[in-house]
Amino acid sequence: MNWEIVIGLETHAQLSTQSKMFSGASTAFGAAPNTQASAVDIALPGVLPVANKDAVERAIRFGLAVGGENVINRRSVFARKNYFYPDLPKGYQISQYELPIVKGGEIRILTKSGEKAVRLTRAHLEEDAGKSLHEAFRDSSGIDLNRAGVPLLEIVSEPDMRSAEEAVAYAKTLHSLVRWIGICDGNMQEGSFRCDANVSVRRPGGPLGTRAEIKNLNSFRFLEHAIEFEAKRQIDILDDGGKIVQETRLYDADRDETRAMRTKEEAHDYRYFPDPDLSPLEVSEKWMGEIKAKLPELPEAKRKRYQIEYALSLYDASLLTDTREKAEYFELVCRSLEGPAPKTVANWITGELSALLNDRGIDFSQLLISGKAFAKLLDRIKDGTISANVAKEILHGMANGEGDADAIIAKRGLKQISDAGAIEKIVDQVIAANPKQVEDYRAGKEKAFNSLVGQVMKATQGKANPAQVNEILKRKLAG
Amino acid sequence: MLNASLNELSAALAQKKISSAELTQLFLDRTSRLNGALNAFITVDAEKSLAQALAADERIAKGDAKPLTGIPVAHKDIFVTKGWRTTCGSKMLSNFVSPYDAHVIERFNAAGAVILGKTNMDEFAMGSSSETSFYGPVKNPWGPAYVPGGSSGGSTAAIAARMAPAATGTDTGGSIRQPAALSGVSGLKPTYGLVSRYGMIAFASSLDQGGPIAKSAEDLALLLNVMAGFDERDSTSVERAAEDYRRELDRPLAGLRVGVPKEHFGGGLAAEVGKAIEAALAQLEKLGAKRVPVNLPSSGLSVPAYYVIAPAEASSNLSRFDGVRYGHRAKEYRDLADMYFRTRAEGFGAEVRRRILIGTYVLSHGYYDAYYLKAQKIRRLIADDFVAAFKQCDLIVGPTAPTVAFKIGAKAADPVQMYLNDIYTIPANLAGLPAMSIPCGFGKDDLPVGLHIVGNYFSEARMLNLAHQYQKATDWHQREPGGIRP
Repeated sequence: MNWEIVIGLETHAQLSTQSKMFSGASTAFGAAPNTQASAVDIALPGVLPVANKDAVERAIRFGLAVGGENVINRRSVFARKNYFYPDLPKGYQISQYELPIVKGGEIRILTKSGEKAVRLTRAHLEEDAGKSLHEAFRDSSGIDLNRAGVPLLEIVSEPDMRSAEEAVAYAKTLHSLVRWIGICDGNMQEGSFRCDANVSVRRPGGPLGTRAEIKNLNSFRFLEHAIEFEAKRQIDILDDGGKIVQETRLYDADRDETRAMRTKEEAHDYRYFPDPDLSPLEVSEKWMGEIKAKLPELPEAKRKRYQIEYALSLYDASLLTDTREKAEYFELVCRSLEGPAPKTVANWITGELSALLNDRGIDFSQLLISGKAFAKLLDRIKDGTISANVAKEILHGMANGEGDADAIIAKRGLKQISDAGAIEKIVDQVIAANPKQVEDYRAGKEKAFNSLVGQVMKATQGKANPAQVNEILKRKLAG
Repeated sequence: MLNASLNELSAALAQKKISSAELTQLFLDRTSRLNGALNAFITVDAEKSLAQALAADERIAKGDAKPLTGIPVAHKDIFVTKGWRTTCGSKMLSNFVSPYDAHVIERFNAAGAVILGKTNMDEFAMGSSSETSFYGPVKNPWGPAYVPGGSSGGSTAAIAARMAPAATGTDTGGSIRQPAALSGVSGLKPTYGLVSRYGMIAFASSLDQGGPIAKSAEDLALLLNVMAGFDERDSTSVERAAEDYRRELDRPLAGLRVGVPKEHFGGGLAAEVGKAIEAALAQLEKLGAKRVPVNLPSSGLSVPAYYVIAPAEASSNLSRFDGVRYGHRAKEYRDLADMYFRTRAEGFGAEVRRRILIGTYVLSHGYYDAYYLKAQKIRRLIADDFVAAFKQCDLIVGPTAPTVAFKIGAKAADPVQMYLNDIYTIPANLAGLPAMSIPCGFGKDDLPVGLHIVGNYFSEARMLNLAHQYQKATDWHQREPGGIRP
């Protein structure tokens, strides 16, 4: 019998504010332990929290991006989640419970099987806890409270995903979105974006099965592996006639498996109640209007527009809207273009340019090639000055800061040879020098033709117009 | 000097009749003579106090003095004070020296006042008798066998015994007013949000409010001028223009409508207290005030509602005292959970543990709606009662506490009897209204009786007006405990 996997994700996105959720301490990563913990963060007697307006604004930006004004609660309430742990200085975490700042919304994902909307249950503001350090100590643990109080947006999805692939697509889309709207740096190594996965299995169309929650998945690969392992574990149990226990599990990346952490019976009673130190969070129409006005065009809107305005496929449009910088670069290049079609631009950006950035470990903000300069390079292919292959070489030169396309073409003498007479001369030489390949080709070996083209290109340092080389060579070999 | 008003002390300092150092020494000497018997102070640090006094004298010499410059003030040991041990009456904080000042302390420091010491109190302000302190019970200067009331009993006893000319307290369910009544001094709990709670160790955040304790309403007005003010570090602090709380002191009471709630004169009120209150009401009428009967029909629910809300908040507020970062930690423990258990069992006294248990219970899954939510609804009803009452009157007057001071140990075994001491004071906390208590006579064993005055939001100046006019016509507030001889 077949099983359907049901997945919902809870994602913690660290909001990219200068200071913490309820104190003025810095949120910068990597400082020496406890150097970024203020009196409020270490919960000295008598201290009080004050909500960080920048963090609230980022939560509102998120709400507007996933559902518009309708999903923003005009009044939300901070609540205390009570439990004891050494890295939780107050003995409670300030979070939002009954009234979160964002209620509803959706994330549209794209997988091999097409486009799909994943509904969001809610998104709420909360503070992070500190970190317990066990390695460096004998018979005791160290506590680092630099993280304590760092602002988080917990984004909770409905159980709308049906495969690890969908879950990863959702997480990637969400990851891209939070960076797009500038609310989270998305740095997964530093823990700025981490997911908990709720996984259950059921008969297709049947009632939901008992779920297990897998905690703290801080890479897309771990997310995928953890869900795959967990679904298989549950299916194996059910196929053997067993029952799933509702529990929290940890993913062990080294062993690629999930392990039980605590069962529902062992779960805390968090004794949530509204935090009397903080007034309800009010969002005025005016404030929301100001935030909305500053919101950039969102990836989904861009995807739609690219399909219409630039006649791109949904796939291309999705690749281009992977990050806001990439999309904006694409638009910049298109605006400066004379000859080539946007599709060519899209191919170059998602292909060669993305590879270049990847190789060099840089992003668009560090790229030395202006959109205008890139457009010029593509124009030079279109007008026949250079071949696509030569353009790739020039692109690297431009990225090294050697000047624009024309300057590099001139300096390195890369102008394409489109003079048929000159090409014919070289083709004749190549045919004369490679009788074996000529013979092979005439005997039906297509590969030999490519070898001959290569020889011609080599002889012209790649400058011969490839289309012409093909045409002339074919003609001569036929003759 | 010991009986002088703050205005008189201020004038004496300005005219160089006495220096702040001399004045501070005078009160330090009296404190060192009396504290052994009364236990009003937990911490006295003459060196620190005198250093502040010398700085104040320099300021006075430079002509830079403000009304409280050079005047010693005793602070309830709930206000964290930089460089001073701040215990909150608990073993849990017996070793805690604060690295920062509470907003209230900052304000007094800026005004040039001298910190005279930290006063004793019920542990974490939980109590109505100042008996639950880890540092031993405070004795009532009017009779050392009696409690001074609580939780700010150290501050009220210090004022009554003239160990300090001014003091601070905090009031969650009556902790300024009830001890003021039982100790025969004046005390005011301002409108919730008027005095910043930053650095005031939290008991029940939605109810806690700091306020002044002194001999007279006039002194309270001067102290409130320093204590009140917006603080952006307290999200519940009210942002409004500063006012001079002395401005209405001399206004005649003619035409003032004084509401008298019949619910505060029922069973449980000691006859002698009722008699003193009646006499005070007659005095107010003589001064031109008009007596108006009002109803506070829900006030009978205030004690049960309070004993759900306050412990609920306290159970969470006190979670930070876990032995991890500061304060008491058990010496021996098996593991983390055991460290928590032992640390908190050793560090907290019985009453604090009781309230943490009650609070934890009422917030627990399955009980939240029945207790916490219901109590919040009652809280709204009580606030609505006052809204209706203040349509008929300007101020509400009645008894502060149902009885005069009781003997030390008399109610220690019966928490509910103890809790009923705050039956008249709790409604103002639940509604967030300002309220005060001033001396208005004596009952059995010559123990003082307090007159309770409740005002509408931010009507402190008007309350002080009534109190001051009453005190101009009477001398209850000037009476000194007879048993205390320096």
